[in-house]
Amino acid sequence: MLDQHLAPHANALSIRNKRMEILGANIANAATPNYKARDIDFSQAFQQAMGTSGNMLTTNAKHIGSLGAQGPESRYRLPLSASLDGNTVELHVEQLQFAENATRYEASLQFLSDRLRGMRTALRGE
Amino acid sequence: MKALTIFDISARAMSAQQVRINAVASNLANAQTITSSAETAYRAMRPVFETEFPLRQAGSGVASVSAVDIEQSKVAPEKRYSPGHPLADPDGYIYASNVDVNEELVDMMEASRQYQNNIEVLATAKSLILKTLSVGK
Repeated sequence: MLDQHLAPHANALSIRNKRMEILGANIANAATPNYKARDIDFSQAFQQAMGTSGNMLTTNAKHIGSLGAQGPESRYRLPLSASLDGNTVELHVEQLQFAENATRYEASLQFLSDRLRGMRTALRGE
Repeated sequence: MKALTIFDISARAMSAQQVRINAVASNLANAQTITSSAETAYRAMRPVFETEFPLRQAGSGVASVSAVDIEQSKVAPEKRYSPGHPLADPDGYIYASNVDVNEELVDMMEASRQYQNNIEVLATAKSLILKTLSVGK
């Protein structure tokens, strides 16, 4: 029950964290020849994490789980204009996405914090 | 290589940009260097960047960058006729370095901007982690 109450925001935080690493990697590789920028689709990764789509059940030790079980899948970004050295990082896009992701991480954190505070208030019965 | 955190990613990228800035500094310092033969003339250095994929996270999209090599510019050094120069060869020629100062300054600016971008990523990640630590207080 407690798990269900907190799961959406906990999952969202973990995916946001993963996405921050990937966007950080894109920014780090802004000058690397032939580097292809990547990103993850948040809504797809979130549905996967909540078990509402995609994941196959493994009821036997010999079953192979779906790839989604290993974490969100990253895809290559389609560049508006790729540079001549094969690099597809567009700094303005990455910076924008990074800022958006950080803000949404903070929002999820706030929601999680509020839920915890709500439960504490209920426990105290003040 | 072990798993990379966002701090590792940005730190490595900053080291790579640092190598680039060092190369620019060396090139600019030697922009006016003169020698008496084409072979010994100073040639501009350029670091080569390569993406680093951590083994355990292959395919996850997490990757950093490192300066794997430093290449020398293939532009021929400038040959100048200056018989009075103390370093002139028997035919009266001196050889100046092939550094293009404009190119170096542009490179320096790009490296410095990208260094700043990585610092920004680091600062944002740090503040989010600190906020996460104080959840529920």
